[in-house]
Amino acid sequence: MEIIDILFTASFWAAAIRIASPLIFATLGELICERAGVLNLGIEGIMVAGAFAGWMAVYSGTGLWVGVAVAMLVGMLFGLLHSTLTVPFGLSQHVVGLGVTLLATSSTYYAYRLALPEVTSPPKIEAFQAFEIPILSDIPLIGPALFSQTPFTYLAFVLVAVVAVVLYRTPLGLAVRAAGENPAAVAAQGLSVTAIRMGAVVVGSGFMAMGGAFLTMSAFDSFFFEMVNGRGWICIALVVFGSWRPGKALLGAILFAAFDALQIRVQQTSLGSLLPYQIFLTMPYILSIVALVLMSRRAEVPAALMVPFNKGER
Amino acid sequence: MADAPVEALSLNAITKRFGELTANDAVGFSVDKGEVVALLGENGAGKTTLMNILFGQYTADSGTVAVFGKTLPPGNSRAALDAGVGMVHQHFSLAENLTVQENITLGVRSLFSLRSGRATARAKIIDLSKKFHLVVSPDARVASLTVGERQRVEILKALYRDVRILILDEPTAVLTPQETDDLFATLRLAIESGLSIIFISHKLHEVMAIADRVVVLRHGKMIGGARTQDTDKHALAAMMMGTEATAPQVEPINPGPALLELQDVTTPNIGTAPGLKSVSLALRAGQIIGLAGVSGNGQAAMADVVGGLRSPSSGYVALNGTRIQKWNPRTAVQSGIARIPEDRHKTGTISDFDLTENAILERYKTAAFSTSGWLNWRKSRAFAQSIIDKYDVRCPGADTPIRLLSGGNMQKLILGRVLEADPQIILANQPVRGLDIGAVNYVHGQLLAARDRGAAVLLISEDLDEVMALSDVIHVIAGGRLSPAFGRAEMTPAQLGTWMAGQGFDEVVTHAS
Amino acid sequence: MRLEPIKNPSLARNLLPPALALGATVVIASLLAMAAGANPFSVFGLILRGAFGSQFALLETLNRATPLIFTGLAAAVAFRAKFWNIGAEAQLYAGALLTVMLGTGVLPWPSIALLPTLVVFSILAGAFVLLIPALLKTRFGVDEVVTTLLFNFIFLLFISMLLEGPLKDPMGMGWPKSARLIDEARLPRLVDGLRLHWGFALAILSAFVIWIIQTRSTLGYEMRAVGLNKQAAAFAGIPVNLVLVKTALLSGGLAALAGFSEVAGVKASLTLDLSPGFGYTGIIVAMLALLHPLGVVVAALFVAGIFVGADSMSRAAGVPTYLADIMLAAALLLMVLAIMLTRFRVVRD
Repeated sequence: MEIIDILFTASFWAAAIRIASPLIFATLGELICERAGVLNLGIEGIMVAGAFAGWMAVYSGTGLWVGVAVAMLVGMLFGLLHSTLTVPFGLSQHVVGLGVTLLATSSTYYAYRLALPEVTSPPKIEAFQAFEIPILSDIPLIGPALFSQTPFTYLAFVLVAVVAVVLYRTPLGLAVRAAGENPAAVAAQGLSVTAIRMGAVVVGSGFMAMGGAFLTMSAFDSFFFEMVNGRGWICIALVVFGSWRPGKALLGAILFAAFDALQIRVQQTSLGSLLPYQIFLTMPYILSIVALVLMSRRAEVPAALMVPFNKGER
Repeated sequence: MADAPVEALSLNAITKRFGELTANDAVGFSVDKGEVVALLGENGAGKTTLMNILFGQYTADSGTVAVFGKTLPPGNSRAALDAGVGMVHQHFSLAENLTVQENITLGVRSLFSLRSGRATARAKIIDLSKKFHLVVSPDARVASLTVGERQRVEILKALYRDVRILILDEPTAVLTPQETDDLFATLRLAIESGLSIIFISHKLHEVMAIADRVVVLRHGKMIGGARTQDTDKHALAAMMMGTEATAPQVEPINPGPALLELQDVTTPNIGTAPGLKSVSLALRAGQIIGLAGVSGNGQAAMADVVGGLRSPSSGYVALNGTRIQKWNPRTAVQSGIARIPEDRHKTGTISDFDLTENAILERYKTAAFSTSGWLNWRKSRAFAQSIIDKYDVRCPGADTPIRLLSGGNMQKLILGRVLEADPQIILANQPVRGLDIGAVNYVHGQLLAARDRGAAVLLISEDLDEVMALSDVIHVIAGGRLSPAFGRAEMTPAQLGTWMAGQGFDEVVTHAS
Repeated sequence: MRLEPIKNPSLARNLLPPALALGATVVIASLLAMAAGANPFSVFGLILRGAFGSQFALLETLNRATPLIFTGLAAAVAFRAKFWNIGAEAQLYAGALLTVMLGTGVLPWPSIALLPTLVVFSILAGAFVLLIPALLKTRFGVDEVVTTLLFNFIFLLFISMLLEGPLKDPMGMGWPKSARLIDEARLPRLVDGLRLHWGFALAILSAFVIWIIQTRSTLGYEMRAVGLNKQAAAFAGIPVNLVLVKTALLSGGLAALAGFSEVAGVKASLTLDLSPGFGYTGIIVAMLALLHPLGVVVAALFVAGIFVGADSMSRAAGVPTYLADIMLAAALLLMVLAIMLTRFRVVRD
């Protein structure tokens, strides 16, 4: 009974949306890369780098939105590295992706140690504050859940719409989708597959970094090691779960976050005291695997995902 | 058309090398406005390379391309497209999961344009398809289209860009004779509206039917050219091959017992290609059965069933009269079936394996090459070496990665691999595709020799001429259904074409019932 | 630009790109050391001395290399068949788990019987952990990269649960820590008086066994065939899915030996910080070794040397130890690029 009650509280849904926000950014980023035919396993490390870069910028005195832009820029740089190696050079997307994750993570930690040599507890910043949208936030249940979030969260929802429109309604989106389906068709129409794919990975990586930045700038107020904690890998599962479509990926992220919010609350109920807390903590990862298995049968994977394209190959 | 001809395209002394192979050696010719020029040559003569250079997909080592007097920058497909050159590739470049309209409009508008202009694009596509008799729905997903329809999309793609020069690379290879006629009708409409066409083919009768002028390539060199009205098939054949073409002489022999039988075999569809629909077929000792048909009509399913990659979902396969229970590639090989796969690069061999490793690929588990899980490399190498010697595989040695071999030598290794096991049944799926004439003759000779010593051969080919030259018995496959057996020289190409187009099957059914 | 395969690469073509990759790695690390206000020459000097400069340092490096050889082999075996096992971390803990479950007194056997038993059960545990992603891949087509990565998180939480529950050491002063192994379950030292245990010998032996399996056995041949071209392998009659499952079992078993060797050879009990990412580092080791089992031994020594050296360098020069991780990540990325450039030429259109 307690569980049902939880589902009807606004604070629960507000938490779900908050948990979903970083996932929405990063899932969108991965989705763009994969739509163009590139699996980006750099996601986990790029989120770490973004989390640190945005936070560090604000900590050094820039405005919050400048911090977001800095995070995005850092993510795009790692995206450029990833796509240079995987697209024109056609290197293994698995190996390069893991390498980028490792490089981004370790160089972030290195930079953190250099920037703040002697700190024991990480300093806090003045993070994004909730902004209640007039009128809409007065709607019962939905208002506090959806319309009393930080502007960073609103940006996530706006981005989903923008990406969906660009992918399905513009020539650019068509080119990106075609690059992920049959790069030879793109080349035959006189477009550069290399440019399209690299562009998609660079932009996608920028979004991933924004997802990371959300953690430090809208959720936790400070940067600490291991804070991304597998969220990047979960986003890769969410892309599959969303069948490579922005709208479905958004729903997937919220559903997933709702489960996560639920397990946090159930831990505090009488049921929660019966079970070790680790059981609850594994739920997000197990859910991701379950989602992958469920979707495996009908996933519409881009036909040229992970297939490198070398012009004029014979 | 009384005016002096306008030169639409000129190719000047194009040379292109791939490593040691000279694919094009100072090739040059021109095409006038409203003219159809056929580029004729055997497989590997350098036709496709030349067109890829013209279209900017390869960069020539030397030579220039000019369209209506303006030289194109090398290696730039975009410039070629903008100058009005359009190309329909032999292997279509369409994205299957996108719609017809999306495929056609891809890359036409500026990428950063915010409008998709879908309504006007749609109107233009419908308009063009009416004007040129290219019936296809703009909203259909390409994956759901037949091969003929896909070709129409490719041609529409070019017309949509207002091309002035249209290149067609072996466009009839995937069409029935009737569909070919439709294509030719479309091309004539295109010429009337002022387009120039380059038609690449190795089929003489088609060239004679559509072209105003012929340019012949052999081993990358331009051998000669002629107006079609001043020449004939024999003269062209002689130019193309260096000698008069001679079809292999096949003496009829009496077939023996059925070695492999398919009885009412049905298999599920493979993607968009149909599976088999209640097919019955008997492969007899000392007989070559030719399976003719347009690509993607169930040949893959047939090859999979005979080769052990697929079990029937209903019906059964019988070997020497016994119904088979367990059917997979390994049991097929053990049952004495030699399998020459359609794609020697992707399915027949493992490119990074050396010749030895490729030679034992099907039989590494047998006592000849391993004992209780441990390989005997000495015996394996000796086996590979014996194939190299016996089948004249030109290579630096048995430890060469097979990717370094030419297509012909790769095919010889596959032939040796399967024929050395003394097979009773041979499945030859497109055995000479992409080979030069010498290798073609060699492969055909080996198949005939196997037949003469009593093997049953199933020859699957999209080349009707090949099927008609070699087969004792011909079946046509269309939409996964199998025609009755036709004896040697019983049918004309046009009659077989009717079957290939899927006509005639229902009459037989009514007839039988 | 475009890539064109080189048919017969020259000696310079084979050696120059990898040499340049290593050089570039050193340059990057030097720049980063300078950013930390240190002299790059002294930083590298300290790393070298810290890794190989004394008997103590050398033994420390060998000890650190031991689990990396196992996880490196696990990755090398799996990657050869293009099975992307990124879950060596979980399999390592599975091996460690079985070692403490059976080695803390449940089986009161002498070493000669107990140690082989622990080895066998560790291997089985690691194999079992990877069996699940392998079956999800072969049955449902679920990408193993994501599942094995997620399993790392799941399994570590599972271990944490056990260490705070049934496996908790009653003498552990409240720390999440298992009971200590009995003496019979400890790996003895290779040479008396030197801090190097038999796990190192087992690692070297494993590398040789894997090398022989890969080059001489039908299973090795099958694994290579499946890795290079699944389609051709299936056409020829190789049971691709079965081979992938066998590969997974072998790979998982090898990774689990890292856990066994760390517990039985070094730590004597299981804690949550048993592995500082040995599973992930094994991937780098395997890639630097070009997936060659004997190369894994060399690469593991190199990687272990950098880590051990960086630890002591960090204490002396004040440069964060993460410099070692950056160096390895850079070396990995540059090396895969370099290897590609030994086989392909970059051509301008």
